[in-house]
Amino acid sequence: MDAAAASTQAGEPYAPTVAGQDEQPLFRARGLSKIYRMGEVEVHALRGVDFEVRRGEFLVLLGPSGSGKSTLLNILGGLDTPTHGSVFYRDQELSKASEGELTQYRRAHVGFVFQFYNLIPSLTARENVELVTEIATNPMEAADALRLVDMGDRLDHFPAQLSGGEQQRVAIARAIAKQPAVLLCDEPTGALDVSTGGIVLRAIDRIHRELGTAVAVITHNAVIAEMAHRVVSLSDGQVASEVVNASRRGVEELEW
Amino acid sequence: MSRNSKLFSPLFLKLVRDLWGIRSQAIAIALVIGSGIGLFFGSRATFDSLFYTRDTYYREYRFADVFASAKRAPDRLLAEIREIPGVSVAESRVVVDVTLDVPGMDAPAKGRLISVPEESRPQLNNVAVLRGRWVDSKRPDEAVVSEAFATAHGFDLGDSVYAVINGRRRSLVIVGVGQSPEYVYLISGNDLFPDVKRFGVFWVARRPLATAFDMEGGFNDLALALAPGASEQEVLTRLDEVLEPYGGFGAMGRSEQVSNWYLQNELTQLASMGRAVPTLFLLVAVFLLNVVLTRVIAVQRQQIAALKALGRTNFEIGLHYASWALVIGLTGCVFGVLFGVGITRAMLEMYRTYFSFPELHYDPALKHLWSAVLLAIAGSLAGAFNAIRSAVRLPPAQAMRPPTPPSFKRAWIGGRWLDQPSKIILRNVIRVPARTSLSVLGIAMAVAVMLVGTGMMDSIDELADVQFDLVQRQDVMVTFAEPVSSAALFELQRMPGVESVEAMRSVPVVLRAGPRSKQTALLGLPQNPRLMRAVDTSREAQPMPTHGLMLSKALASQLGVKPGDTLVAEVREGRRPHLTMTVASTIDDYMGTSAYLEIEALHRVMQEAGTLSAALLEVDTLAGEKLYRELKDAPRVAGVALRQASIDNFNTFLKDNMSGMMGINLLFAGIIAFGVVYNTARISLSERARDLASLRVLGFRKGEISYILLGEQAVLVLIALPLGLLIGRWMMAALVASMTSELYRVPFVLHGDTHVIATVTVVVAAAVSAIVVRRRLDGLDLVEVLKSRE
Ligand SMILES: Nc1ncnc2c1ncn2[C@@H]1O[C@H](COP(=O)(O)OP(=O)(O)OP(=O)(O)O)[C@@H](O)[C@H]1O
Ligand SMILES: [Mg+2]
Repeated sequence: MDAAAASTQAGEPYAPTVAGQDEQPLFRARGLSKIYRMGEVEVHALRGVDFEVRRGEFLVLLGPSGSGKSTLLNILGGLDTPTHGSVFYRDQELSKASEGELTQYRRAHVGFVFQFYNLIPSLTARENVELVTEIATNPMEAADALRLVDMGDRLDHFPAQLSGGEQQRVAIARAIAKQPAVLLCDEPTGALDVSTGGIVLRAIDRIHRELGTAVAVITHNAVIAEMAHRVVSLSDGQVASEVVNASRRGVEELEW
Repeated sequence: MSRNSKLFSPLFLKLVRDLWGIRSQAIAIALVIGSGIGLFFGSRATFDSLFYTRDTYYREYRFADVFASAKRAPDRLLAEIREIPGVSVAESRVVVDVTLDVPGMDAPAKGRLISVPEESRPQLNNVAVLRGRWVDSKRPDEAVVSEAFATAHGFDLGDSVYAVINGRRRSLVIVGVGQSPEYVYLISGNDLFPDVKRFGVFWVARRPLATAFDMEGGFNDLALALAPGASEQEVLTRLDEVLEPYGGFGAMGRSEQVSNWYLQNELTQLASMGRAVPTLFLLVAVFLLNVVLTRVIAVQRQQIAALKALGRTNFEIGLHYASWALVIGLTGCVFGVLFGVGITRAMLEMYRTYFSFPELHYDPALKHLWSAVLLAIAGSLAGAFNAIRSAVRLPPAQAMRPPTPPSFKRAWIGGRWLDQPSKIILRNVIRVPARTSLSVLGIAMAVAVMLVGTGMMDSIDELADVQFDLVQRQDVMVTFAEPVSSAALFELQRMPGVESVEAMRSVPVVLRAGPRSKQTALLGLPQNPRLMRAVDTSREAQPMPTHGLMLSKALASQLGVKPGDTLVAEVREGRRPHLTMTVASTIDDYMGTSAYLEIEALHRVMQEAGTLSAALLEVDTLAGEKLYRELKDAPRVAGVALRQASIDNFNTFLKDNMSGMMGINLLFAGIIAFGVVYNTARISLSERARDLASLRVLGFRKGEISYILLGEQAVLVLIALPLGLLIGRWMMAALVASMTSELYRVPFVLHGDTHVIATVTVVVAAAVSAIVVRRRLDGLDLVEVLKSRE
């Protein structure tokens, strides 16, 4: 997989590539637009977005509801394709990839965390993770992934036996177990209370630090933005602003 | 912490656990599939066994290809017959029917005496001797008797029966018990079913038989084997020409030979049963699988999208859901093969009572097992097709989005006068019209299958009622070996217990209309007969025409004639005149292919006075024994048929076996009914659980939410019932039409209570499903349901 990320020692702080350097970014999107047609009505979810994600970067996407955050993330994750424009993952042009190539891409490189966890209810925590490790080329042990999110003692519990926050942590373990190059999270704390949200964020942050995984998080919570290297705000399908955090804060330091 | 979960892939574990979650539905579907596969496998295996047994038997015992009989032909004619091109073997015989006096039985029985060659076993229609030994042709009183007759009477070797020959009782000593390919289905005359107690075949030495019946140096029966590639039709034509001067009755091939005809008919029915009924069951199973799996996909949309987002390929996901169907289908296949083996055994056991074979070969062929498995797989995949397709098409971005609430149309139904729960019911019914109509159709199919399954009995009852109450009203029918003068009527009238006598004249003929012809008999009866009548399907007795013929509709259509047309009747008796006759009318009757006319009219065209070939008696049953004794000894009597015996026989053969079959049908129909109704109810439970739980939280009582869910089911069932009865009647009409044969037409009758039974069964299935669902509703864990997201 991502040799650089995998070789990173646990605990060692990881320096992301700083904005402005001309090293090849992880994602590069140009003139991205997405139009949903529903009969007569056309919904412009994205209108010409130029956008990048760099290696090892922690990125936060902000924006009002309906501004196109999920749409953008889905396109980056290969779940959806843009109507116009191009998007590259390294050298691979996702906007031209076939459905099969996109599946292969997701399988190899992307870890997803959904707002509603989306665990398989009939599988235990461990089995949910194995769902991914089984098909990955360089996965960690499912149990190890769960330990990373402090769920090591709940391996054989079914989702129905876990709280929302615990389910979300299993979902994160499932997303990172394959040691993906990038972790895409759509409102991972949206359904959680503040303190549980904090636990989940800590888990994401730990992965980011220990494995060097690039992370893109959608959130409505501006506080979370303080964790990011960079905060991109969308508005009405366009990039409204882009702020580089000079000093990132650790999760512990956030004030809710 | 066990690590053995790695043994199975997570998707496999998901499959097992999810299926376990819907196990009762899965088993209901598997049972429906099992019923279909069972009938398929059972009828195929039975067909094979019967087919194989017949073919080996025919081959090993050299069943003849062509049969002919004549009044009396000289032996030298045999050489001429052997010269006919295409004939490879020709064997002559003397065959006569006699009255039998069986020790221990009051009523007379009918015996068919068949001569055996002097030196060897018969070259054709050889006899399998099961016990004892073959006839010594130098001993005039020895006989090998047909096995069914021997068993029915408990004969031992060395026992005797008495044949009444020319008024004298001659004893036949049983030296052996045998079976012949010529008499696999052992019936005589116009009977429909074997009467094992009253009809026996005896193989006896030729010379004494010939002497007794004036056949020395001659024969009256012929069996031929054809050379490979010979044209049967040409041989038949030539044979008829050769036998014509000697009173030939018309030659026939195997297809018209009675025993073989029945056997063939049974095989044909088995084959069609192996197609139509399993197809119906599998279609229902495909429908159920489709409904259940479509629902599963709907419930698991988010899971599917997540799996895709996690990089699972469409193929893996398709395979996963195909596996659901395959597991159910193959479980059904296992049930089916078990059912099938049971059905095969039961059917072969039943055939043992119908057919006399030396042994019934039972070997459920492996190829049918494979077909059953393939059928189950094909059915499952067909049922899973829709579900797999929508799973594969589901966009993975879906996983990121909250579920969209179902869209409702504003209901125009109800308005002011319905309460809220009732409105909910109606809106749910209308919301997914495709699903609603499929569910209705499924339940309707259950009603239809029930109706057809039990309705067969109504047809059989009607057939029996018409035949025994309206057509054959005589208690006893006496047939004469040769036509006799009307004086016989007075003799019969004087016998003990005889209350009235009616004459019947039957003349063997070949009817020809243009190129078409048919061997049958002209039946002469009084203009308005009291005892033996011609009754049509509307139960009206039709008078015998005094001019022209009244043809059974089946006969008229075979000959392609209608009232007003003329045809030629070539008489195969006496002077053998060719009579030109008009078709006066046709009669839509159930049995046989008869040509009726008034008896005096028949005498006129035959230029005879008062001759009769049979007499119909109405008797006082108390005098039975005395009457039988006199009839046994009456010189010219060839056969005595008792009404009660026919009724008993009809009951044992048809009704008993039918009720066995009906039991199976009922079981299967019940399975379908329950499978469909239960699955529909469970699915709407799973669809509504959330809404209903929300309503409970809002303060609705258990009874009220049950009303919403079960009320919807009730609406579906109510729509399905009349529809199902209609479909059932339609299927029944098709089934009855497919059973039509020369021998009988099955009436299309469905009694009111049959409709009631079908309706009640399905309503009961619905009620049981409702109770199960209601219990689940009562146990609904509100927190659990509301917590879980779809
Ligand atoms: N499948 C779809 N069909 C039609 N319109 C869609 C679809 N998906 C998204 N949209 C529309 O595209 C726009 C952007 O949606 P998107 O889900 O990206 O918003 P978002 O920024 O994630 O909002 P939120 O914060 O509420 O999740 C919205 O107006 C939405 O209605
Ligand atoms: Mg969103």
